[in-house]
Amino acid sequence: SPAFAEKFGLGREALPEEIAAWNLDVTPDGTGLPEGSGDVLTGEEVFAEKCAICHGDFAEGVDNWPKLAGGWGTLAHEDPLKTVGSYWPHLSTAWDYVNRSMPFGQAQTLTPDETYAIVAYILYSNDLVDDEFVLSHENLASFELPNAGGFIIDDRAETEYPIWTGEPCMTDCKTDVKVTMRAAVLDVTPEEEGAAEGTEAVAEPETEAAAEPEPEAE
Amino acid sequence: MSESFKSNPSRRAFLRGTAAAAAGAVAAGAARAAEPDPLITEVQEWASGLGDGVDATPYGLPIEFESDVIRRNVEWLTADTISSINFTPIHALDGTITPQGCAFERHHSGAIELRKEDYRLMINGLVDTPLVFTYADLERFPRENHVYFCECAANTGMEWAGAQLNGAQFTHGMIHNMEYTGVPLRTLLEEAGYSAEGKWVYVEGADASSNGRSIPMEKALDDVLVAFKANGEALRKEHGYPVRLVVPGWEGNMWVKWLRRVEVMDRPVESREETSKYTDTLEDGTSRKWTWVMDAKSVVTSPSPQAPITHGPGPLVITGLAWSGHGAITRVDVSKDGGKTWETARLAKPGEKMALTRFYLDTTWDGGEMFLQSRAMDETGYVQPTKTQLREVRGLNSIYHNNCIQTWWVRENGEAENVEVS
Repeated sequence: SPAFAEKFGLGREALPEEIAAWNLDVTPDGTGLPEGSGDVLTGEEVFAEKCAICHGDFAEGVDNWPKLAGGWGTLAHEDPLKTVGSYWPHLSTAWDYVNRSMPFGQAQTLTPDETYAIVAYILYSNDLVDDEFVLSHENLASFELPNAGGFIIDDRAETEYPIWTGEPCMTDCKTDVKVTMRAAVLDVTPEEEGAAEGTEAVAEPETEAAAEPEPEAE
Repeated sequence: MSESFKSNPSRRAFLRGTAAAAAGAVAAGAARAAEPDPLITEVQEWASGLGDGVDATPYGLPIEFESDVIRRNVEWLTADTISSINFTPIHALDGTITPQGCAFERHHSGAIELRKEDYRLMINGLVDTPLVFTYADLERFPRENHVYFCECAANTGMEWAGAQLNGAQFTHGMIHNMEYTGVPLRTLLEEAGYSAEGKWVYVEGADASSNGRSIPMEKALDDVLVAFKANGEALRKEHGYPVRLVVPGWEGNMWVKWLRRVEVMDRPVESREETSKYTDTLEDGTSRKWTWVMDAKSVVTSPSPQAPITHGPGPLVITGLAWSGHGAITRVDVSKDGGKTWETARLAKPGEKMALTRFYLDTTWDGGEMFLQSRAMDETGYVQPTKTQLREVRGLNSIYHNNCIQTWWVRENGEAENVEVS
């Protein structure tokens, strides 16, 4: 251990029961998983009861609520769909997050077996396992999600900072300035309370706005 | 989308402004008034009667005439208002300190109510002695004071695909800047005796979302603060009362509110908030993770769509904010012609590290249209890029970390609009 100059003698030792109650995080290698298991069919029942109202019967999402399945192979598309199946790198994250923070509004009410079953059902909904599949603390860490290799560590220091550093242009930096996109054309900004109706003063669009309002899901 | 989302947010301010301008003398220079001003020549009620007593307002709110300087949300951005975002009215503020009452909020399971008496902070994991602190314990450690910006990783995120929201509040208002008082996280880690194997800390909140994030030990020992006061008083409920993490220069998601646990670990957790979210997808479908630092950025706050020019040609103050997660802002340039030519603005004070910096360009408006832009530079020599430059490297689907140069199209009537220009 590093040598510390000074201690203040503040706080008290955490008891094992206290650490166990709060230290719930699970790392990609499965460290932190409690014993237990759950199969797809049980997961389907639990999901229908506790999750489907927001996430849909097939984890496909209701309204603007997050989609947990689908979107495979869309990450390089114009409009990628990022789900547990298409995007998430580690199954440990799904278990950890469901266990600690779901269902929304009733977090930390699931038993370990229910969480295993729900996560098994999410895998099934993503066509990653068949309906016989049983997920447990023994096989969770070895289950590789499709996008496990899809992430790189922040590389801005190599790919961006060198090219955007130095004395910038001050005069005659470009010859032509044309409006290519206008927020007023999309017209999705909330209005101030009491604003006068029908006073839109902005002229007709000169350029077609290509952008759709895009919900930034989280 | 409801009917109330249909009009331009600047409309009311614009109409109010032009009406006021029309009623008063607007000629340039110190013109002579045609008639005496009754606000001067007649005794006004406030100059004769009495105002409120000192017991009227034990804790005051802004005067009613400032009622439009408020947080706003954008309904279509999220599925509900609990795991959602609202926006600081930066178009109406000046200086650098954000009033807490209108400083933006971002929650994942709502703003919880946590009494100091019920508050506990646990330090566990790779430490000699896992510890539990009460709130009162925290106040007995040596304190520091620092001003830092907290910018949501998704600030300006809706603008990746194009100009969408019409106002600096909406395009750049997921940010606040406060003076924090707290204890260095390093002090608490040393109190528990962190192990040399501890390469990371995992931090989480007391709320249902927990918002757990992994932070490398080097940063945890450097400048991360366990804060309990902001702008002189206790944190607001919605900002993490009674204790939050302050992570200077890094994306707002890591500023864990209602902080309840710090675990020293030999690896990152790769939690939901650093895998599913707060990872930045590039054009080829791969995604950057651990994009912690917020790069240099700026925006003109006035004139802007919600703060149109209402006074006609003549002297004009162009003002805005600049900031960088890499250190101090050293310079801000302003263009009125969409980036053809630039003038260096005046910094109200020398830039401070990882804090908002106010800039001014005191100029004369000839009444013609302008394409206003600002371009920040920080002490590393980094120059704020254009959106085109960002897109060339990242494509359109990064969601987070959009620090592009913003353009406001100011028309001859003084109204301004969020646009993109070639």
